[in-house]
Amino acid sequence: MAKVTVDGIQVEVANGSSVLQACEAAGKEIPRFCYHERLSIAGNCRMCLVEVEKAPKPVASCGYPVMDGMVVRTDTEVVRRARRAVMEFLLINHPLDCPICDQGGECDLQDQAFSYGGDHSRYAENKRAVTDKYLGPLVKTVMTRCIQCTRCIRFASEVAGVPELGATSRGENMEVTTYVEKALTSELSGNLIDICPVGALTSKPYAFVARPWELKKSDGIDVLDATGTNIRIHAKGPEVMRILPRVNDAVNEEWMADKGRFSFDGLRRKRLDRPWVRVHGKLQPASWQDAFVAIARRLEGVKGERIGAIVGDLCDAESMVALRDLTGALGSGNIDCRQDGAQYDIGRRDFYTFNSGIAGIEEADALLLVGTDPRREAPVLNARIRKRWLAGNFPVGVIAAPGPDLTYEVAHLGDRPSVLAGLADGSVGFAESLRAAKKPMIIVGQSALAREDGAAVLAACWALAGRVGALTPDWHGFNMLHTAASRVGALDLGLVPQAGSRSVAGMMSGGVEVLWLLGADEIGAGRIGPDTFVVYQGHHGDAGAARADVILPGAAYVEKSGTYVNTEGRVQTAFQAVFPPGEAREDWRILRAFSEVVGHTLPYDDLEAVRRRLAEVNPVFARQGLPRFGAADATGPAGDPAAIGNAPFTPTVHDYYQTNVISRASATMAECSRVYAHPVVQAAE
Amino acid sequence: MAFLDRTARSFLLTELIGGLGVTLRYMFKPKATINYPYEKGHLSPRFRGEHALRRYPNGEERCIACKLCEAVCPAEAITIEAEPRDDGSRRTTRYDIDMTKCIYCGLCEEACPVDAIVEGPNYEFATETREELMYDKDKLLANGDRWESVLARRLELDAPYR
Repeated sequence: MAKVTVDGIQVEVANGSSVLQACEAAGKEIPRFCYHERLSIAGNCRMCLVEVEKAPKPVASCGYPVMDGMVVRTDTEVVRRARRAVMEFLLINHPLDCPICDQGGECDLQDQAFSYGGDHSRYAENKRAVTDKYLGPLVKTVMTRCIQCTRCIRFASEVAGVPELGATSRGENMEVTTYVEKALTSELSGNLIDICPVGALTSKPYAFVARPWELKKSDGIDVLDATGTNIRIHAKGPEVMRILPRVNDAVNEEWMADKGRFSFDGLRRKRLDRPWVRVHGKLQPASWQDAFVAIARRLEGVKGERIGAIVGDLCDAESMVALRDLTGALGSGNIDCRQDGAQYDIGRRDFYTFNSGIAGIEEADALLLVGTDPRREAPVLNARIRKRWLAGNFPVGVIAAPGPDLTYEVAHLGDRPSVLAGLADGSVGFAESLRAAKKPMIIVGQSALAREDGAAVLAACWALAGRVGALTPDWHGFNMLHTAASRVGALDLGLVPQAGSRSVAGMMSGGVEVLWLLGADEIGAGRIGPDTFVVYQGHHGDAGAARADVILPGAAYVEKSGTYVNTEGRVQTAFQAVFPPGEAREDWRILRAFSEVVGHTLPYDDLEAVRRRLAEVNPVFARQGLPRFGAADATGPAGDPAAIGNAPFTPTVHDYYQTNVISRASATMAECSRVYAHPVVQAAE
Repeated sequence: MAFLDRTARSFLLTELIGGLGVTLRYMFKPKATINYPYEKGHLSPRFRGEHALRRYPNGEERCIACKLCEAVCPAEAITIEAEPRDDGSRRTTRYDIDMTKCIYCGLCEEACPVDAIVEGPNYEFATETREELMYDKDKLLANGDRWESVLARRLELDAPYR
C-alpha cells in the first residue's frame, strides 16, 4: 500500500494504482475523457492533469503510478490553467453543434467544458471535418465530433473482442475507422454508445427522438437473455425510448447485450391490447368478462389431469407462481417451463444454476463449454470469459456445434457428447488442462440438455466436474448457462411435471383438453392438437396467439414489477417503467381475476402478498443477491452417464437477433438480422 | 380670519373655476388616447407577443428540434417531438405551444440557438374558442411567414443589446 496525500487528504491505495485512482479515493473529481476503469490506459486526452510535488510539470494522472509519500494537488492555479488549455485544444476541432447532437445534456465534453473550460473561444480558423463511418444498424457516427480518445477502439478490441476498429493517420488527421466499410460484428456494439464521451457514436434507433432530461428512469432487469443484466429503462410518456445498462459488478459490470438494448421497439408493435375469443373459427374482440366466461365454460366438467399449462421464456416469477397455484387448484400437475424440452434435475438447486457466479469466472483457471455458444446465448457473460482469458493462463475447451468465433482462443474438442467420456478417462488431451487447474469450470448449455439423452449428458458433466476437482467445499465449478430469463425462476418454483403428469410434448400431442400458454411461443404452437382448447396469455401476437382460442393480453417486462432469477440463481426485482397498452394487465392479476371466475380464488390481492407466496413456495425468493457457495454435496443429478447417445450437439441460437417475441417484433432487430445473418454464417464456415 | 377666507372661496367658486381651467388647458393639448384599433401605440422591438417559427431565406425551417425552449419554458407550454427527416437532418414532427399556458416571458426566444422561435409584435390573436389557442407547428410556421419582415427587423434592432 502506498500513502498518498491528495489536497491535504491522506489516502492509502494499492501499489501500482494510478494517481487518478488515488485522487478518487480521496474524493476528488478528476476530469477525464480517454480514461475508463474497465479499459486499458491510453493517456491521450490529457484532461486529467494534476500537480505532483517535485514533478517539473503537471502529470497525466491516469497513467502515472503512485509512489509512497507522493503529494498531489488537484486544485491549484497551475492545474486549472492546464485543464483550461487542454479543453481549448479539444474544442478547436470539436463542432459546436450541441443543439443537434444527441449526446447534448449527457455529454462529458459539454459538462467538463462547462466546469473546467474557459468562458469564451479564441479560435476563428476553420475547423476540420471528417466523413462519417458506417458501423452497422445500431451505432450512428458523426465523426467530426470525435476527440480521438480511442475508448471505442479499446472497447472493441479488449472487451468485445472484435478488433475491427482502429485509427488511421495521426495528429489532426487521425480518424477512427473500421478500415474497410463494414458493420461491427459484435453483440456488444451498443456499449460503444455509452462509452463514447462525446456525440461521435450515438444510438441509431434513438436518433433525435428525445433528450435525457425529459426521460423518466426506472430500474429493471433485462429478460432477453438469462444473464439478468441490470438495466435502466428510459421512458417518455407511455413509450420506452431507450434502455441503458446499470452498473452491477457481480452480473454485467456496465455492459449490455445489443438484443436487450435495442429490442424495445418491438414493444410497440404487434401488441395484444385487448382480449380475443375465437368464435366460429375466427378471433373476435371481446371484453375481459367474456373471455373469462368463455374459458370457464370450456373448463366445466374437464378433469384436472386434462388441463395443462406451459410457461414461456420471458415470464416473471409472480405470474408463474400464480399459474402454478391456479393449475394446482384446478387439480392439474401438468405444468412445464421447458419449451425446448431440456432435461433437468430440480432435486437440488446447484444442478441447474451457474454456481461459480458470473464474477467467479474471473477466479477460474480452466474452462470447458459443453453444448453452449456463450457469445450468442449470453454476450455479457462471454465478455467476462474473455476478460479472464485476457488475463492469461486460461485454457478453454469447447464441445459444441461449430459456431462463430467466441472472441477468445478455444480448443474445439468435438461436437458429440462422447467427448465427455474421453475427458473423464483422460484420452482427450484437454483433460490434462482441466485436471491441472485449481478452479476448473464446466459450463453446460441448453443444447446439451434439450435432447433425448439430456439427463445422461447432465449427469456426465457433473461426474466430470467431480473428477477434475471442480466440486470442492470452496469452489463450485459446475455451471449451467440458460437462455431463457424465466427458466431458473420456473425451476425454483418447480414448474416441471412430476411423475404421472404431462410434459410439454405430452400436452402438445393431445394429452390435455385445455392448454394455458403463459407467453409460450417457442413450442411450435401449430403442432398443438386441433381438439385442444388453447388459452394464450401474453403480450405479443406471435405463434402462440395465432393458435389460441382465447387471448388474454398481458404485460411485457417493462410494464410490470416483477421478480426474475438469472442463470446464477440471483433473485432480482424489476420495477414497472410504463403502463401496458390498452386493456392489457399485469399477468399475475389476470390469473388472480380468472381464479375468481372459476371459483378457486387465489389468496393474494397485491404484489406484496404474491411475493410472500413466492417466498413460501421457495425461500430463495425472499433473498436478494447471491452468496458464494461451494459444492457441499457431490452426489450427482439423476441420469446415467453411460446412456449418452452419439448425436452431435446442435446450436440453440440460430439468429441472435430473433430469439423471442419481442425481438421478432422489433424493426431494429430485423434490420440487424438482415445485416449480420450472412457474415455470421460465413464466419462459421 | 381663516373662517372668512374659506367662506369667501366657497362663495366665489374659485376652486370650480380653477378646475374648469385645467379642463380648458387639456382641451387644447395633444390627445394621449388613440383610436384603437384604427390607431396603435408604439411597440418596442423587444415586445413579446404571439409566437412564430421562422425560416431561413431559402425556405428551410430554422428549428432543429434541440428542445431547449421546451426545457426552459417555465409554464411547460411547449411540446416537441422529433425524429430524423428523410435527408437525415434533425427536425421536429410536432411543435405545439399551448398559448393559454404561455406566460409570454420570452425565455424560449432567448434559449433558441437558431432564432427559430420568436415572440412577434402581434398581440391581436384573441380567439372565440380555447382550442384555437393550441398552436401547432403549421400555425407557428404560418405566423413566421406572415411576420418575417417585421421579425427580422426587430431582431436586427435588438441585436446590439444581445
